[in-house]
Amino acid sequence: MQNSATTATQEILRVDNVRRGFNKSQGELLVLDDVNLTLKEGEVVGLLGRSGSGKSTLLRIIAGLINPSGGTVTYQGEPVDGPAAGVAMVFQTFALFPWLTVLQNVEAGLEALGVNPRERRERALAAIDLIGLDGFESAYPRELSGGMRQRVGFARALVVNPTLLLMDEPFSALDVLTAETLRTDLLDLWTERRLPIKSILIVTHNIEEAVFMCDRILVLSSNPGRVIAEIQVPFPHPRNRLDPAFRRLVDEIYARMTARTAIGGKRREIELGTWLPQVSTNLMAGLVETLAAEPYNGKADLPEIARSLHLEVDDLFPVAEMLQNLGFADVQEGDILLTAAGKKFADFGTQERKVMFADHLVRTVPLAARIRQVLNERPGRRAPRVRFEQELEDFLSDNAAQETLDAVINWGRYAEIFAYNDQAETFSLEDVES
Amino acid sequence: MRLNIINPAFNTSAWRLLPNRWDFIAFPLIICLIAMGAIGYHQTMAPISVLKTQVISLSPSMLPEYAMRTTLRMLAAMVASLLFTLIYGTLAAKSRRAEKVLVPILDILQSVPVLGYISFTVTFFIALFPGRVAGAECAAIFAIFTSQAWNMTFSFYQSLRTVPRDLEEVSRSFHLTGWQRFWKLEVPFSMPGLIWNMMMSMSGGWFFVVASEAITVGDNTITLPGIGAYLATAIDQRNLHAVGWVILVMTLVILAYDQLLFRPLVAWADKFRLETTSSGNAPESWLLDLIRRTHLITQILTPLGWIIATLARVPLRLPTLGARFSDATSGLVASRPRVSSRAIDVLWAIIVLLGTVYVVYRVIAYVRTGVDLPEVEHVLVLGLITLARVLLLIVLASLIWVPLGVMIGLRPALAEKVQPIAQFLAAFPANLLFPVFVVVIVKFHLNADIWLSPLIVLGTQWYILFNVIAGATAFPNDFKEAAANFHIRGWQWWSKVILPGIFPYYVTGAITASGGAWNASIVSEFVSWGNDKVVAHGLGAYIAQTTAAGDFPKIILGIAVMSLFVTLFNRLLWRPMYAHAASKLRMD
Repeated sequence: MQNSATTATQEILRVDNVRRGFNKSQGELLVLDDVNLTLKEGEVVGLLGRSGSGKSTLLRIIAGLINPSGGTVTYQGEPVDGPAAGVAMVFQTFALFPWLTVLQNVEAGLEALGVNPRERRERALAAIDLIGLDGFESAYPRELSGGMRQRVGFARALVVNPTLLLMDEPFSALDVLTAETLRTDLLDLWTERRLPIKSILIVTHNIEEAVFMCDRILVLSSNPGRVIAEIQVPFPHPRNRLDPAFRRLVDEIYARMTARTAIGGKRREIELGTWLPQVSTNLMAGLVETLAAEPYNGKADLPEIARSLHLEVDDLFPVAEMLQNLGFADVQEGDILLTAAGKKFADFGTQERKVMFADHLVRTVPLAARIRQVLNERPGRRAPRVRFEQELEDFLSDNAAQETLDAVINWGRYAEIFAYNDQAETFSLEDVES
Repeated sequence: MRLNIINPAFNTSAWRLLPNRWDFIAFPLIICLIAMGAIGYHQTMAPISVLKTQVISLSPSMLPEYAMRTTLRMLAAMVASLLFTLIYGTLAAKSRRAEKVLVPILDILQSVPVLGYISFTVTFFIALFPGRVAGAECAAIFAIFTSQAWNMTFSFYQSLRTVPRDLEEVSRSFHLTGWQRFWKLEVPFSMPGLIWNMMMSMSGGWFFVVASEAITVGDNTITLPGIGAYLATAIDQRNLHAVGWVILVMTLVILAYDQLLFRPLVAWADKFRLETTSSGNAPESWLLDLIRRTHLITQILTPLGWIIATLARVPLRLPTLGARFSDATSGLVASRPRVSSRAIDVLWAIIVLLGTVYVVYRVIAYVRTGVDLPEVEHVLVLGLITLARVLLLIVLASLIWVPLGVMIGLRPALAEKVQPIAQFLAAFPANLLFPVFVVVIVKFHLNADIWLSPLIVLGTQWYILFNVIAGATAFPNDFKEAAANFHIRGWQWWSKVILPGIFPYYVTGAITASGGAWNASIVSEFVSWGNDKVVAHGLGAYIAQTTAAGDFPKIILGIAVMSLFVTLFNRLLWRPMYAHAASKLRMD
């Protein structure tokens, strides 16, 4: 059965044991670890993951824009080494050259292929026509709205007749309505087989978008990125987001993506070297309050709360997880529940909340406790930022270390467990002890 | 000197794009006013005896002292520039009528070659302090001031005009007086641009301090103890060792200036940036960190800060100049005051116009005593020769440095190493290196018209390099990836991807470079080594020779023609290019 399937549908791309990492003093820091995937003809495949899952890195490795530290990418039987022919990419930021008109932008790829000017013009105009841009040929990108710009991005990618279309969060810089229009337009062209493309690989952090567009979804874990689940989407196009089966699948993926934090029913504790997301204390307090109030009364379905608060996965998950880490909430099976402490926190006033938050912060976030401890031990009750940066850089990349430290600084300032002077980059206990 | 100090948004020399009709008045007005000042003093004080020249020792042990005195001159000029900036910029920004005249004037002042000011002002200042060194000191400081003040003032004026409306409204709702608002809002707001321009000014200033310490105008020969005079003496005595020493000391002085003054200033001024989001890599300075972390120094500085803060709090009411803001807020005012206001405008215009006609008449009358029509034609031809030289060398420098700059800028690790060197070279006064070239030209009897030309861009070409590097470094990664993904390479990559991408940066650098080249022409078309004089044909040599001869009608003619060329060059070439870059090649 497996054999007959591969012979019937041609394999376009194959990724074997791809690894990507940076060298650190404590060994290699992995962004991607042992990633395997295949793309077959006629498929739309989604790479779903949160920030830090290395999904964009993986896409660029596939495109031949960056090299993997290990493993191989095979495209149409040939190993990928440098930008491969027949692979076109659509960028999150559109990446249109601002000094070229729509037509010139679309023609640029053809010019590079050495297509003669006349054919170039014809093909570019046809692509512009197909994607619904006619009338804008002579406009410069800055004259267009975000949606129109991304259409240029699509036209530029399609005009070179690629075999494989790679899309890096192509709709995430657009507003909700525009994004939906572009998605359905693209899907219409795809299902009507009006595109020369044989397969599409789309990177996204939006679960609904993945279920709406893809035939198959690969879920990537974070830090490092690994494929942790492969989900078939059995629905025919056009899909209805309100269909109960559609919703069930979305819920299921939510559950899988949150499952990682609850291994064997026991919470994974934060360690000193754990990367921490920058989550504002306002967002945490806001979510706790929302959960405590009607209609949730302490328990909510994550996909539902994401929809009603207009939060993307990358916005909501870090908040939910930090609440879980701090012991204010539990996340399981795609649901979020307030703990007893969380409910108390919701009832408290500003000062009481701060005291409670400080208590939980020092208990559950080792870095906060370490800063506090170092300050207490030092005679001047002061310590430079570098001291903690260096400690973190044994475990994290330079960037991640900075982010983590900034996150903890923010929480620590709110909790008033230490003071921090950004100009002098020093921690101290001044103003805090009184 | 770091990558992040480069910000084309602060480049003010290219800022005013549209000429207005006041420019046609400002140009003759300024040139003639400067000339009249010089004429007046020259005529009354001409017979004054030769200024006592100080003996400059070529012993290297004297160099630290000379370097110190040169540095002090730079500092004095910077203080003067700051004062001028605060006053002139405020006047121009706050008063509608003053603005109409002050801004074009500033624009023209900017086009007058800095070394031209020396020729004019030396006599003036010497007459002011007869027979004393103070006059010569003032002349040198004034020359440096003219190289520093204009772009700082433009930057400040521009910042004042763009203070965000909400902050303006907040300060009004707190009932801050004009004085308080100036120190609490307007000065802090303009600080980053001002400091950036101070750095650029300082970097250009070394060239002029070297040139202005040893200068001869007719009978007046000035030698002020300092690096420039040391160099002049070394040239006079054909002492290459001394030239080597002076290059070494200058290098150390510039590095020290950067580390001890500007790095801390830039890092400190970072807090005035308006964006509330913190940028990824804020400028850093070890000295500032040291000061901030050391209790003792902080305690010494605290009272100083207190005095400034108290001064800023004085509820001083400044007379309202013009009515820029009330115009907008009181739109319902009856039309009668408007009519009278317009009448005053017309009157004001007439006064300015009449004044211009008068000074033009006076100066032309004076210049005609020493210059005839063929002489004017001759000078115009010389101007064209120098123009050709400047153009050609900017093109040559661009052909070399743009590709190299792109290649360096696209390699971040390399750019980080090269960029400070390029910025250092831009600050280094190239005239210290002239003797090395002149020795070779004299020795091999090379053609001066050809071989003196490179000296014009010797110091200023680096502005092109470091701006291009900055542009290539800032080139968005997505564009690089898109180009790679669509297999755009070779000529197509250069013409459609990278060159348009760095163009705004290139223009910024080229404007600075060409302005510097015009200035440099005055010292590089007429050079000497001992008694050997090497002269190229050109307007720069003309100005240098007439200055040495003290022939005032001809100096005025030469400088007026050069100012005209620079102004036209900017208006017809650079500003259209800059406008194109700003509107077509913006990345947003």
